[in-house]
Amino acid sequence: MDALLFMIFAAVAVVCGINLVLQKHPISSALSLVGVMAALAALYLLLGGEFIAAAQLVVYAGAVMVLFVFVIMLLNAGTEHKVHKSTWAKYAGAPLLVVFLGMVAWLIQGMSAPTENVVFGQFQKGTPLEIGRALFTTYLLPFEITSVLILIAILGAIVLARKEIE
Amino acid sequence: MPPLPFPAAAPVSWYLTLSAVLFALGVAGFLFRRNIITVFMSIELMLNGVNLSFVTFSYKLKQVDGNIFSFFVMVVAAAEAAVGLAIILTVFKNRQTLEIDELDSLKN
Amino acid sequence: MQLWLIPLLPLVGFALNGLFGKRLSKPVINTIACGSALLSFLWVLKTLNGLGVFGGGNGLEEAYREHYFTWIQSGMLNIGVDFAVDRLTAVMLMIVTGIGFLIHVYAVGYMSHEGGYYRFFAYFNLFMFFMLTLVLGANFLLLFVGWEGVGLCSYLLVGFYFQEKFASDAANKAFIVNRIGDFGFSLAVFLIVIHFGSLDFATVFDKVKGMPVETSAGWMTAIALLLLLGATGKSAQIPLYVWLPDAMAGPTPVSALIHAATMVTAGVYMVARSSQIFLHAHGALTVVAVIGLATAFFAATVGMTQFDIKKVYAYSTISQLGYMFLGLGTGAFSAGIFHVMTHAFFKALLFLGAGSVIHACGGQQDMRYMGGLRKYTPWTMATLACGTLAIAGVAIPGVFALSGAASKDLILESAYEFAPWMYWVGVLTACMTAFYVTRAFCLTFFGEYRGDQAPVEASHAVPAHDDAHGDAHHDDHGHAAAHDDDAHGHGGHGHGAPHESTWVMLGPLVVLAILSLFGGLITIPKFLEPLFPLREGEPEAWLGWVASGAGILGIFLGYVLYVVAPSIPESIASTFNVPYRWIYNKYFVDELYDTVVISPTVDGSRSLLWRVMDARGIDGIVNGTGATARGIGGILKRMQSGSIRSYAAWVVLGSILLIAYAGFVGGAK
Repeated sequence: MDALLFMIFAAVAVVCGINLVLQKHPISSALSLVGVMAALAALYLLLGGEFIAAAQLVVYAGAVMVLFVFVIMLLNAGTEHKVHKSTWAKYAGAPLLVVFLGMVAWLIQGMSAPTENVVFGQFQKGTPLEIGRALFTTYLLPFEITSVLILIAILGAIVLARKEIE
Repeated sequence: MPPLPFPAAAPVSWYLTLSAVLFALGVAGFLFRRNIITVFMSIELMLNGVNLSFVTFSYKLKQVDGNIFSFFVMVVAAAEAAVGLAIILTVFKNRQTLEIDELDSLKN
Repeated sequence: MQLWLIPLLPLVGFALNGLFGKRLSKPVINTIACGSALLSFLWVLKTLNGLGVFGGGNGLEEAYREHYFTWIQSGMLNIGVDFAVDRLTAVMLMIVTGIGFLIHVYAVGYMSHEGGYYRFFAYFNLFMFFMLTLVLGANFLLLFVGWEGVGLCSYLLVGFYFQEKFASDAANKAFIVNRIGDFGFSLAVFLIVIHFGSLDFATVFDKVKGMPVETSAGWMTAIALLLLLGATGKSAQIPLYVWLPDAMAGPTPVSALIHAATMVTAGVYMVARSSQIFLHAHGALTVVAVIGLATAFFAATVGMTQFDIKKVYAYSTISQLGYMFLGLGTGAFSAGIFHVMTHAFFKALLFLGAGSVIHACGGQQDMRYMGGLRKYTPWTMATLACGTLAIAGVAIPGVFALSGAASKDLILESAYEFAPWMYWVGVLTACMTAFYVTRAFCLTFFGEYRGDQAPVEASHAVPAHDDAHGDAHHDDHGHAAAHDDDAHGHGGHGHGAPHESTWVMLGPLVVLAILSLFGGLITIPKFLEPLFPLREGEPEAWLGWVASGAGILGIFLGYVLYVVAPSIPESIASTFNVPYRWIYNKYFVDELYDTVVISPTVDGSRSLLWRVMDARGIDGIVNGTGATARGIGGILKRMQSGSIRSYAAWVVLGSILLIAYAGFVGGAK
C-alpha cells in the first residue's frame, strides 16, 4: 500500500517537474511547481514528517509560490522567444545530467540496505512536539538567526522593490 | 489483495532516487531555460529535492534532525525567494528584459 | 715565531695609507709605507735568525710551519691557512722584503711630484702583502691567493696613470694575459686535488715522491704542464709574455719591483716549489727548459733593437726569466733560484737607474734623445755600470764572479749537461744580453747630450701624439701608438740640462750596486741543498770561460758600435732591413695574437653571445614568460563570459567531479 502511494505521488512529482522544465510560459511552470510541492508534501507524510508536510503546503506552496505568481503577473512575463545565442551549456548540459544521475543512482544503490522500507507510521519523531523540542534546545541558535535572516530579507526586498521617490 | 508486482512498501533508496531525479530536473531547468523567473523556479525545485532527501534520511536514521534541516531550508528558501524576486523586479525595471542571456555586463 | 706579521705589516700600511692617505702629509705617508716595508724586512731577519739560518747555521733543514685556522673543510678537502718557512721561502722572503724596502725608499724620491701619491704607496704595500702571502703559503690555495693578488696589484699599479688610455690598456692586457695563465694554474690545482686529495705542499710532495717517474704523457705531466702554463703567464714566458713590455707604462718603481724583482719571479718560485711534480714528469721538465731557452733567445733579439730604455730592460727581464726557466728545466732548481736572487739585484738596479736617468732627462725615455749623461749624473752612471757588468756575466771563473755571472754560469753548466746545444744557444744569448745592455749604457751615457733634438712636446701630463716617434712604434692592437715613449706623467721640469737625482733615489741604487757586484758570493745553491740536491762532480772548466768570454765580447761589440763608430748600427739596420723590421716590431707577435685570438673572440662575443644568446635567447625567455602569462590570461578570460548559464554549467561540472571523487575514489565510507 505504501509503495503504491509512493509511486503515485512520485509520478506526479516527476511529471510536474518535467512540465516545469518544458513549458514555455512561466505561469505554467509556476503551477507545475505547485504540483511538485503538493506531491512532496504527501511524500513527507509517508515519511513521518508531519510538521514538514504541513509547513511545505502552508509556507512553500501557499506563500512562496503565491509570491512567484504575483511577480509573474506583475512583470507580464510572456513566453520565451527563441534567440539564436547558444552557449556551450546547451550542448554539454544534457550529457552532464545523465552522467550525474547515473552516478548518484549507482551510489545510492551501493549505499543502502535493500530491505529497508518506508512504512507509514514507523517514524514518530516528526511531530510538532519533537520538532519544537529540538528547535528550542539543540538548534536554538540557528532558529534565532533565521529570524534575523527573515528580517533582513524583508528589509532587502522593501529597499529593492520600492518606487523611486520623485 | 493480489500479490503486487512490487514490494509492499517502497525502499528508502527509491525516495533518494526520486530526490536525485528532482534535483537533476531542477538543474536542467536552470541550464536550459532563458526566463529568469523560470530559472528561479528551477532553483526552488532543486531545493525541494534536497528537502526530500533530508526527510528521508531523517526517517532512515530515526532522528528528528533531518526534519529540522528541512525546516531551515524552507525558511531560507522563503527569504531567498523574497529577495530574489525583488532583485528580478529591479533588473526588469532597468533592463526591460527577462532574458538571462542578456544580463552579461560582467563579460570579460 | 709569528710568521703572520710578515705579510700583515704591509697590509696595515696599505690600510692606513689607503683609508687615510688623502688627509695625511707626504712625510707621514712615506713613514707608513717605507716603515711597514722595513718592519717586515726586520721581522723576516728576526724570524730567520731565530730559525738558525744565519751565521753558517744548519737551521731550517725541515720546514717550519704555523697553522692559523682551517679555511675550507669540505669532504676530503681540508685546507688550512698555514704559513711555512723553509730554505726556499727564506731566500724569497729576503729578496721580497729587502729589495721591496729599497724600492719603497727610491719611490719616495721618484714619485715626489706625482699625483695620487698615497694611492701609489697603498698599492705598493698591498703588493707586498700579496707577494709575501704567495711566498709564505704552505698550500697551493694560499699561493694562488697571493698569485691573484699580485696580478691585481700589477693591474692597479701599471694602470696608475689610468687617465691615459695606453696605461689602462696596458693594465688590462697585463691582467687578462695573466688570467689565461691562471686558468692553467687553476686546472692544475683541480687535478692535484683529484689525485692527491689535498693541496698542502708537504702532503702532496710526499705523495709525489713515492710515485714512479712518468716518461710518457699522463696526468702528472698534465699537472706539470698546466702549472707551467700558469708560470708562463705570471713570469712572462712564451706564449704569454706579451704583457710585460706594455707594462712599462707604469711608473718606474713599479717596473722595478713588480716586473723585475718579485712578481715575475713568482712563476719561477712556483715551479721550484713544485719541483717534485716536475721531476716526476720528465717530458714537462724538458718543455720548461725549451720554453725558457726559446724565450731567452727571442727576447734578447728584440731587446737589441728597442729605443725606449725601459723596453730594453723589459725584454731583458723576459730573457733573464727564460734563463731561470732553463735552469729549472735542466734540473738545476737551485741555480734557477740563485738567478732569481741575482736578477733581483741587478735588474732592480737597472730599472731604478733607468728611472734616475729618465728623471734626469726630464721624463724622456727614448735613448736616441739621451746621451752624454756621464757629465751630469756620475753616481747614476757608476751604479748602472755595476748593473750592466753584472747582467753581462763578467767573471773570472773559479776566482770571482759578479752576481749575474755566478748564477748564469751555473745555469749554463746545467744546460750543457742536459743538452749541449742548449748551452751554445744560451751562450749566444748571453752575448746578446751583454750587447744590448752595453748599447743602452753607451747610448745613455756616452756621446753628446741629444735631449734638445727631441721634438718639443707639451710639458704636462698629457702627451701629444708625436709623429717624430711614429714609424710603427710598438703598435699595441692599433690603440694609442707611440705614447709609451713620450713624456707622460712627468711634467717637463723645464730644465735645459739633465741633473742628478737626490740621495733618496741614489741610496738604494748604491746598495743594489754593491749587491750586484758581490751578490755572487752568497752561496745559494749550497744553502738550498736540502731541498734541491746538488749535482755531483765538477763541470768542465772551459764552460765558465766561454760564457764569460761571450759576455766580454758582447760588451766589446756594444762599446764599439755605439761609442767608437756610432754610424755602424744604422748601416747594419738598413742593410738587413727586413729582419731588422721584423725584430724591431717584436716579430709582430701582438698583431698575430690580435688576429688569431683577440679579434675572433671579441667579434664572436659580440655577434654570437651578445646578439643571439643574450638579446634573443635570454631576453626572449624572460619576455616570453610575460607574453605567455598574458596569453594564458587571455584564454582564461573567456571563462568570464558574463553568461549565468555557463557559470551554472561549470558549477554542475564541478559538483559532478566532486561527487565522483567522494563516491568512487575515497572518503565516502
